Amino acid sequence: MATAEKYVGGGVPRKEDPKLLTGQGQFLEGLTLPGMLHAALVRSPHGSARINSVDVSAAAAAEGVVVAYSGADLADEWAAGLPMAWPVTDDIRIPDHWPVAQDVARYVGDAVAVVVATSRNAALDAAELVEVEYGVQEAVVDVEAALADDAPRVHESFDDNKSYTWALTNGDVDAAFAKADVVVSERYTQPRLIPNAMEPRAVVAQSVPSTGDFTVWSTTQIPHVAKVLFALTLGIPEGQIRVIAPTDVGGGFGSKLNVYAEEALCIALARRLGRPVKWVAGRSEGYLATIHGRDQIQQIEIAATSDGDILGYRVNIAAAMGAYLQLVAPGVPLLGAFLYCGCYGGEAYHFECTGVFTNTTPTDAYRGAGRPEATYAIERAIDALAREVGVDPAEIRRRNFLPAGDMVQSPGGLAFDSADYEPALDRALELLDYDGFRSDQAERREGGGSRQIGVGFSSYVEICGLAPSQVLASLKYAAGGWDAATVRMLPTGKAEVVTGSSPHGQGHVTSWSQIAADALGIPYEDVTVLHGDTHVAPHGMNTYGSRSLAVAGVAVHNACDRVVDKARGLAAHLLEVAPEDLEYEAGTFSVKGVPDRTKSMPELAFAAWTAHSLPEDSEPGLEASCVYDPPNFTFPFGTHVAVVEVDTDTGAVDLVRYIAVDDCGPVINPVIVDGQVHGGVAQGIAAALYEEATYAEDGTLETSSMVNYLVPSAAEFPSFETDRTVTPSTSNPMGVKGIGEAGTIGSAPAVINAIVDALSHLGVTDVPMPASPERVWRAIQAAQGGEA
Amino acid sequence: MKRISMTVNGVRHEADVEPRTLLVHFIREQLELTGTNVGCDTSSCGACTILMNGQSVKSCTVLAVQADGADVATVEGLASNGDWHPIQRAFHEQHGLQCGFCTPGMMMAAVGYLDENPSPTEDEVRLALEGNLCRCTGYHNIVKAVLAAADDMGS
Repeated sequence: MATAEKYVGGGVPRKEDPKLLTGQGQFLEGLTLPGMLHAALVRSPHGSARINSVDVSAAAAAEGVVVAYSGADLADEWAAGLPMAWPVTDDIRIPDHWPVAQDVARYVGDAVAVVVATSRNAALDAAELVEVEYGVQEAVVDVEAALADDAPRVHESFDDNKSYTWALTNGDVDAAFAKADVVVSERYTQPRLIPNAMEPRAVVAQSVPSTGDFTVWSTTQIPHVAKVLFALTLGIPEGQIRVIAPTDVGGGFGSKLNVYAEEALCIALARRLGRPVKWVAGRSEGYLATIHGRDQIQQIEIAATSDGDILGYRVNIAAAMGAYLQLVAPGVPLLGAFLYCGCYGGEAYHFECTGVFTNTTPTDAYRGAGRPEATYAIERAIDALAREVGVDPAEIRRRNFLPAGDMVQSPGGLAFDSADYEPALDRALELLDYDGFRSDQAERREGGGSRQIGVGFSSYVEICGLAPSQVLASLKYAAGGWDAATVRMLPTGKAEVVTGSSPHGQGHVTSWSQIAADALGIPYEDVTVLHGDTHVAPHGMNTYGSRSLAVAGVAVHNACDRVVDKARGLAAHLLEVAPEDLEYEAGTFSVKGVPDRTKSMPELAFAAWTAHSLPEDSEPGLEASCVYDPPNFTFPFGTHVAVVEVDTDTGAVDLVRYIAVDDCGPVINPVIVDGQVHGGVAQGIAAALYEEATYAEDGTLETSSMVNYLVPSAAEFPSFETDRTVTPSTSNPMGVKGIGEAGTIGSAPAVINAIVDALSHLGVTDVPMPASPERVWRAIQAAQGGEA
Repeated sequence: MKRISMTVNGVRHEADVEPRTLLVHFIREQLELTGTNVGCDTSSCGACTILMNGQSVKSCTVLAVQADGADVATVEGLASNGDWHPIQRAFHEQHGLQCGFCTPGMMMAAVGYLDENPSPTEDEVRLALEGNLCRCTGYHNIVKAVLAAADDMGS
């Protein structure tokens, strides 16, 4: 029955929940296949070491063990090394990256051998019996140390540790700086972060030896991309690989946007052994073997007038790649390359980035990927400019905002759609009660106590929905920016949506159901969404970069429109009128002026299936597909505000309030959008206050487990205050933009700016991330001229 | 191998286990109740939280042999006769889960806590859930859900 109820814009509870709430989630660790074997890896404990010999004989003889291999034993399995799909320059240095190292181990965690056994415990026990003789070499773990002339080389075949240098210049930068009244010059460190999706990675690979077919289940964000890359890495015809991201994947945040050694390895082992092979990461193993994020040193200079009007920007970044180049690692800084001018104007812009090898776990895209780093730098630096010229931090942002409008040219080189930055700032200030806050702050300062308060702002603009494909080509990104959907009316009047996105917590099943239910005029409950299995959803570019709604969601929307178009022809045929004589509303076609002559979408679905009477040029069935390649990025924006209380005696920071006003365009499900903001904001706050992966000089990961890498709990956060402005994107027919990473992008600088603001009367101008009590205390001591 | 018996979600089980078997592995692999997830190896994340004799515990921190004779409740036992527990309803209504991996442990920890403190404040809930990590929600809606469940159970 047709329904007039509109689902888009409403906070309908999620379809994903019932199974997850009752213990019926289908996470990969629960998958068991007949005859399945378990793999355990032996990993290098050294930051840099020659592999002199690997003796697997004791392990191979252990109880339950089927076989054990060194990297050399497996060398002929690889048609190519692990893939890297973003060679950002023509002369980028791309090292060989074998799933199991063959001659040199280049970071702690680099796999050197694998043991396959009938149980996971047997494999893990036997892995301890593998004897590896290492020739330990000097390691280099720090990105700047790695650039020194005499630094140990991560890859002996390269002259130094530089992978690439990528640069961008717009306008006459020297002229802009020459005429500036003030130049602020800042240096920031982006600590290395560990993504910490709650579900550890896992993979199961199954082969059918008689046909050469493979099925690979992986906790991946990118089943379709992985399918192509598995084919290339293992030399298996692509059509014989089926990749399944399980119905439930437990978070990603970029850490599952990759092609990993263990995936390739399980496929290779299944091929050799003719039995299914499973690998599940332990959390601490995952800390070594799953990508890290950030780890950059940033230099940013802003040239401005004495009134604080920005003239130009100069940015120089050293970005750690880790020991190898993972899937899109070189491109991560480029995703921020256009955004070091934030949502502000200016005449000229220079950005330069050097990708650097270090003897560390490879880095890659972690929530926000390049944009949090860029936003941090500009939002910290604009506060420095505000201090320098004596302008209020909210005012200096307002003064420099790009004008409201569509396709507004940014000094970074991109034209931003749907730009309207002041309303979000105004709303944030209103929620904060800015004047009231400043008066409270003044009172505290006059009181002179040890608990001082500060406010920090962050006005961001970011880029989502990497597109169009031609622009990605100019950035040398080796994939497209499109995504795919098929929408199919079933004979019973229900609908099936097949999507190329691959959700892992974002609620696509719910949101895509809302879109389709409205467009097709059927109840939300009558829509099924299929995803993640390359046999079911053959086309997709998957889920990362806040792209799913703005690309795959629009594909669903467009495919629904095409279904309605086809249905119109059939309705006209059955009602014996011309298609243009029909009105369509909420799933029902009616003849203009004869409202009781109707055909509903379920009636048409059945008629299209029986095919008893179809228009002449029409085929049976009522379905349509869309592969949507957006004409541009989308550009969400917003202003975030943090309020902190800092104990000047101990350096302890208490986050008192957090206000996020975001603009992601029209919202499909406001509850889901708020949830994305909450989670994103928490990850940015975590970076600002708690999280940092550190290495000892020999390459040992010091923060090697959840015990000493500080993933914050509920006790570390306040409730968040969220609001929105709505400025539709002009780049897609739904006007949607993306919200998955905005919270992470906006939050870290707001928090650090707030801490600096709380301590500004003491002369503090900088506190590095993460702002631990010790770091805050030292910053106070240094500013006061004491021991620091 | 050691013979143990325990009641899980009201059903009595007897089994032989290796002494080193963790309770979570016993629950997942021998009883095939895979709703309880394993998120770490350091008893940090709380994804594996269950109730043992009414108290919430991280089942990766307990050996199966230590649970001999215990009364264990897992996420699979929260609903009764198809009716969701108030904590399940609240997580659904308040959008207290995204990827859902931490959710079983988070709900069991909350149920254990609400039994001790049926009318907590927001700050008390935040502190009570300190041993359970979530990476998706920023905890905002989890806290709202636990407070809503407390209201529901109290009324």
